[in-house]
Amino acid sequence: MTETLTMAKALNRGLRRALQADPKVLLAGEDIGKLGGVFRVTENLQAEFGENRVIDSPLAESGIVGTAIGLCMRGYRPVVEMQFDGFVFPAFSQIVTQVAKLHMRTGGQTPMPMVIRIPYGGGIGAIEHHSESPEAYFAHTPGLKVVTCANSNDAYWMMQQAIQSDDPVVFLEPKRRYQTKSTVNFSARPEPMHQASITRYGTDATLLCYGPMVKTCLDAATVAAEEGMSLEVVDLRTLSPVDWVTIMSSVRRTKRAVVVHEAPLTLGLGAEIAARLHQDLFYVMESPVLRVAGYDMPYPPSRVEEEYLPSVDRILDAVDQSLNY
Amino acid sequence: MRGQSHDMVQLLTPDGQRVHNDDFDFSGTTDDLVGYLRDMILARRFDAEATALQRHGELGLWPPLLGQEAAQVGSAHAVRDQDVVFPSYREHAVAMVLGVPVSNFLGLFRGTDGGNWDNLDKFKNYQIVIGCQPLHATGYAMGLQLDGVVGPDAEDPAAVIVYHGDGAASQGDVNEAYVFAASYNAPVVFFCQNNQWAISEPIALQSRIPLYERARGFGFPGVQVDGNDVLAVKAVTDWAMDRARGGEGPTFIEAFTYRLGAHTTSDDPTKYRTSSEEEEWKGRDPIARLTTYLKAEGVIDDDWLDQMDEDARQFGEDVRATIPTLEPVTMDGLFQTVYAEPSVALESQRREYLDYAAAGEDA
Ligand SMILES: Cc1ncc(C[n+]2csc(CCOP(=O)(O)OP(=O)(O)O)c2C)c(N)n1
Repeated sequence: MTETLTMAKALNRGLRRALQADPKVLLAGEDIGKLGGVFRVTENLQAEFGENRVIDSPLAESGIVGTAIGLCMRGYRPVVEMQFDGFVFPAFSQIVTQVAKLHMRTGGQTPMPMVIRIPYGGGIGAIEHHSESPEAYFAHTPGLKVVTCANSNDAYWMMQQAIQSDDPVVFLEPKRRYQTKSTVNFSARPEPMHQASITRYGTDATLLCYGPMVKTCLDAATVAAEEGMSLEVVDLRTLSPVDWVTIMSSVRRTKRAVVVHEAPLTLGLGAEIAARLHQDLFYVMESPVLRVAGYDMPYPPSRVEEEYLPSVDRILDAVDQSLNY
Repeated sequence: MRGQSHDMVQLLTPDGQRVHNDDFDFSGTTDDLVGYLRDMILARRFDAEATALQRHGELGLWPPLLGQEAAQVGSAHAVRDQDVVFPSYREHAVAMVLGVPVSNFLGLFRGTDGGNWDNLDKFKNYQIVIGCQPLHATGYAMGLQLDGVVGPDAEDPAAVIVYHGDGAASQGDVNEAYVFAASYNAPVVFFCQNNQWAISEPIALQSRIPLYERARGFGFPGVQVDGNDVLAVKAVTDWAMDRARGGEGPTFIEAFTYRLGAHTTSDDPTKYRTSSEEEEWKGRDPIARLTTYLKAEGVIDDDWLDQMDEDARQFGEDVRATIPTLEPVTMDGLFQTVYAEPSVALESQRREYLDYAAAGEDA
């Protein structure tokens, strides 16, 4: 059975399935209940499951995550929402000092089956703190798992997989794709959550991307095809752990790689990927790994954000550089 | 009204009657009141104009202040030249009273800049991260103290006023600000506009007791004031700022008011609150009650109000006219303002960016 859904709707369906499947699943966050979230991702869930399972939290992110830790200890599986990327930071201490560490510190006795949902990324003309890409902080924190979806099918399935995971998962939702529609297959078995996916096959170079940049990279591959270049696009899906097998298998074939992300360049995911590719495929690759990323500055005012964000042009520029190396 | 205390300070009732309060009185003149009415009418006009500009795609977002004019105008008039203001993001009327050009905050919401305002020394930049600024205000107040410009011996003693919402009162940072302010007896006034809602969340979710009662637990006085009564707001804020300037420490003011409009232009209040609640609060409108009072006293008449209408219309035109004058920041300019001292690595990224942009122009 398939249906075409927006990503927001697909996330909503995934959350609904999880709430139906397991009475221990709870949702908490600011404005998620009566309002259904500022992006309507949790729309109607409070009406269906009640105020005890879909909880409007006081305005305090540290409180939301901190109490979710206690709920985990009591056997619940909380799914908490941070309203925007820029507002996760009041909870940062609870996430990196507690959520990430409790399992190991207690010799495996304290699992943290928590999902931290964060709408992230730019390109929506928003005011400051509403367009950021904080994934590297979390991917850099051992003990956390980090995933991000780029289409409705992944939104639907990965949300349920994240909720079923006994590890804490930071679930990044590319907010500028919330209203993009694509097909959800409700009956086919989903891919494992921690696996990358080759979204377009090609032979000349691999574009490695995730979340909001998958569409941009697919657009770039389409343009490149018109110019006679065959680009492969890999949607990483999981940022921690990274699925090195899929990445290596692709780059081993194309011998060239460009990593694309909105987050600032320095010490972003691209840096780790470049290091690993150089380490493992040094003798195979025809050119150095290149990165197209946000610049090393705080996210700019929205009237200039298109100049900050990786664009089809910037990606193709890097591809040219890689091919002409 | 839920959350309204018997002690709430009120000097002008919703139907425009002056009433006595044992502790507070309005010390200003009739001319002052006419000025406040004018400020409130212009602020409301500005707000309506900005909301319309957002609808026309000229602004990315707008958080309307509709209904909170008295809380803002009254408190802003308690600020003296030597004092400093730390706003949240809805204090448009405070900014206007303090002479911040309206084009400044339009730029922030148009996305042409990040808030590099003309008189940042006086009125700090807007803060979108809920609850971050009360700590900054407290630190600034600690600095005033260190500088010896607070207390009975100071020549022109100064104080700080910081604005935050009822939702913000739940944030850890805000509660830490109360702790620090109390510990150091800092000259800071916490001006909380309890507009009853934090987006879709009612005040009852944030606090089971009236907010002003919390202050006692932190060790400083809290006062609840009718936030739609500009006289009472002015009187209470004057008192609190005087305490701070005089070295008597922090005060918490809960201005009991209502956000009559949407949270922002992206919000739809019909999803979470009733129109009967909105109607009830329209009956406590801050502008209507002062107008009624001043008319009854014979201070203003219909001619004055007609002229005011005309002034507001003209002001609205001026606001619209500023939009095309707002120049967006440039990426080049941003690169150069990330750090105070140049970074070699970033400088080479800037050059790469400029080369790339120039190549694009040639293509
Ligand atoms: C740290 C943080 N969390 C969440 C948000 C999203 N948000 C913006 S305004 C708002 C409600 C604020 O309510 P309140 O403090 O009462 O101020 P009001 O908007 O009513 O003036 C929320 C949750 C934010 N800006 N910052």
